[in-house]
Amino acid sequence: MVTLVSRNTQPALQAVGLTKRFPGVTALDSVSIDFHAGEVHAVVGENGAGKSTLIKLINGVYRADEGTLILDGSPVEFAGPREAWEAGISTTFQEINLQPFLSVAQNLHLGREPTRRFGFVDVRRMNTDATELLARYGISIDVRKPLGSVGVAIQQMIAIVRAVSTDAKVVILDEPTSSLEPNEVEQLFRVIRILRDDNVALLYVSHTMDEIFEICDQVSVLRDGSLVHTGPVSDITRLQLVATMLGREAREVRTSGKTAFNIEGRSPGSEPILSASGLTRFRLLSDVSLDVSAGEVVGLAGLLGSGRTETVESIFGLIDLDSGTVTMNGSSVKAGSPTTSVQRGIGLLPEDRNADGIVPTMSVRDNITLAANRSVAKWGFVSRAKVNNLVNHYVERLQIKLTDVNQSVAELSGGNQQKVLLARLLCFEPEVVLLDEPTRGIDVGAKAEIQGLIDELALDGLAVILISSELEDVVEGSNRVLVLRDGAVVGALVGDQISEESVMDIIADVKVDSAVST
Amino acid sequence: MTTLARPTQLVSSEGAGTFIREKGVYLALGALVIFNLIATPNFASLRNVQLQLVQVSPVVIVALGMALVIGSEGIDLSVGATMALAASMVSLFVDRSPWMAIGMALVAGVVAGLLNGSLVAFLGIQPIVATLGLFVAGRGVALAFTNGRLVEIFDPTLEALGRERLLGIPISAVIAVILAIAIAVVVRRTSFGRNIIAIGGNRRAAVGAGLPVRPVIVSVYIICGVLAALAGVLVTSRSAASDPSFVGLLIELSAITAVVVGGTPLTGGRVRVLGTVAGALLMQLVFSTLIRHDLSDSDARMVQAAIIVAAVYFQRDRGAR
Repeated sequence: MVTLVSRNTQPALQAVGLTKRFPGVTALDSVSIDFHAGEVHAVVGENGAGKSTLIKLINGVYRADEGTLILDGSPVEFAGPREAWEAGISTTFQEINLQPFLSVAQNLHLGREPTRRFGFVDVRRMNTDATELLARYGISIDVRKPLGSVGVAIQQMIAIVRAVSTDAKVVILDEPTSSLEPNEVEQLFRVIRILRDDNVALLYVSHTMDEIFEICDQVSVLRDGSLVHTGPVSDITRLQLVATMLGREAREVRTSGKTAFNIEGRSPGSEPILSASGLTRFRLLSDVSLDVSAGEVVGLAGLLGSGRTETVESIFGLIDLDSGTVTMNGSSVKAGSPTTSVQRGIGLLPEDRNADGIVPTMSVRDNITLAANRSVAKWGFVSRAKVNNLVNHYVERLQIKLTDVNQSVAELSGGNQQKVLLARLLCFEPEVVLLDEPTRGIDVGAKAEIQGLIDELALDGLAVILISSELEDVVEGSNRVLVLRDGAVVGALVGDQISEESVMDIIADVKVDSAVST
Repeated sequence: MTTLARPTQLVSSEGAGTFIREKGVYLALGALVIFNLIATPNFASLRNVQLQLVQVSPVVIVALGMALVIGSEGIDLSVGATMALAASMVSLFVDRSPWMAIGMALVAGVVAGLLNGSLVAFLGIQPIVATLGLFVAGRGVALAFTNGRLVEIFDPTLEALGRERLLGIPISAVIAVILAIAIAVVVRRTSFGRNIIAIGGNRRAAVGAGLPVRPVIVSVYIICGVLAALAGVLVTSRSAASDPSFVGLLIELSAITAVVVGGTPLTGGRVRVLGTVAGALLMQLVFSTLIRHDLSDSDARMVQAAIIVAAVYFQRDRGAR
């Protein structure tokens, strides 16, 4: 193996006991990882696991509260990203941070252009240098063209080449393939392999299993700020890796009762109330179909970036589809319009409560009744009595804890804000609710209450589509589970087939007879 | 649970800043009135009060529309140009009928608002840029309509609008009061008003709640345009002349100042109607007080600038989410 050659030398970069705390949360807790030259080291984990905190500690954006970084055997401390960069740690970010209007060659030389007398830029030399540099990595393009005119993949590779051309010892690739097409990914991998052979230590952040097993030598898994696994990729199976990321024992037997869900007594209707078919959107979704009946909870499982959120957002009309249809009670819902969706009785609880849900300048009262204009207003005038009835009803039903319905919603805790958003949905009496991470970022008590509420909604005959990164939510709360990977449905589980184990099998692409039954 | 403890903590940690933000404009206005009653001769005379009211009315009317626009997280720089357009319409159509002149002026306001609102809502252009176009072009169009000249207007109906009084109160002030009440009702009691605040407070949330975001935004700019046009008509009738070069010049600054001083944050999501009226009165009074006490016009503007900075300073916490 290539990797064994360099193993006896000291690591290019060592993280030793790195800890970073933010108010109220420990983002990274005593993490130690060795990154060796000539290796591609994957860092994986779900949202909030601490990946970006780790990267920012390494590239000098953050300062560690505890722990040290050791670069080539000597401890280093960076006052900022520039110092880290000068010390040989380069980062290429998800968003390409180059200048689209400057030429490819200018971008490669940004900040260190070759000059002639009087400080004039030696354009000819810059262009020849750039052409040679790119040729080393198998990229042949006209370097005089503006960067914005070449493809995204090329731009990405130029960013990487620029990073290593400054004698980088460590290169951090933060989701480098997120905007690339499959054939472009291959090109990128070729560049990465050249860098590896040049003895660069590469830190590779990705959510895609295929990529990790194809290009990476080592893998470290972060969960809730702690390092839970580190070792060679060849020593771990896909299933073990998925289980480690999600915090489950592989082959763990299904145990009930981790959540407050109780699906007994639900009686889903036989006819689907909402059907989506062939939802397709370039790079996000490919041919996703699903339907949900009254009184049924359909869970969407999958890793981050698998297309769960995009599925519900496209049903609701927030994402324009390339193709696909959504029908509600047999008639089609006009695509691309949340207004129509709400009128038809489809409600969405957004994944990001603060960015997409809460109106911080409004009171709890107005936030709850935000979408209920049609039921509380006549001729455009809002009836205070109707608003008060509605608000009191839902504050009581959802047990929203507040001092006054007129207080600002920004003063409530996360769990209560989430209840306010649920109340907003229920206020317009929807038939279908799309719940995107309803239990994220709220305390245990509120979590159980919301799980119980979802049960109640299903019992009341609502059709529910449930997304949760907490596997137990989806497993214990759903009548059916669809598993997504890379924007496509890769498995469907019903009734007794549903277990954490079977869901993980499908996510990790382990062929099990009972699991693949789409 | 910790949920109950948080609100009280937040309230106690704010204190003086919140108080100044909420009530500062009324305190300042009251203090200035008292100062003038003591230090300025003839301040409380009927003539002076009437004069102040006539002068402040157009600013109040424009600021009411501006408050709605700012509440929706927008801004309208073209109100002065819209006033000039309205004034040119009056001069073009007054010979046929004064009512037609007023009607066409208001139509110009609708068109201006429709243009601004469509650029913002449908093309997604930043409000400050979208309305900058009309800010520049509007006055030019108005000048073209009137061949760049001041046009004197002799019409008894329009003249009455500018000079008559109702129970001693100038008609333009009466109109301003009625409009302020109407806008206050719109903001507090209608779903349209709630939609404006929701859009300004968190546009993505408003979209997600299925609100008709784009139509609301266009309507807000149309209301602002019509109110500006009405202010243009009132100014024209008072001076008995249509002068597109000067009607409404720099009024966008006065209107924005009135709105901000009155407690409406520039970041949107809140509209204070009474505060806006008080803000306009305060700025008017500051200006006239300084002039009456022999400060030059340019000094007075510096004081105005200081007040704007202070008002925005006290609002800075608001924008934090």
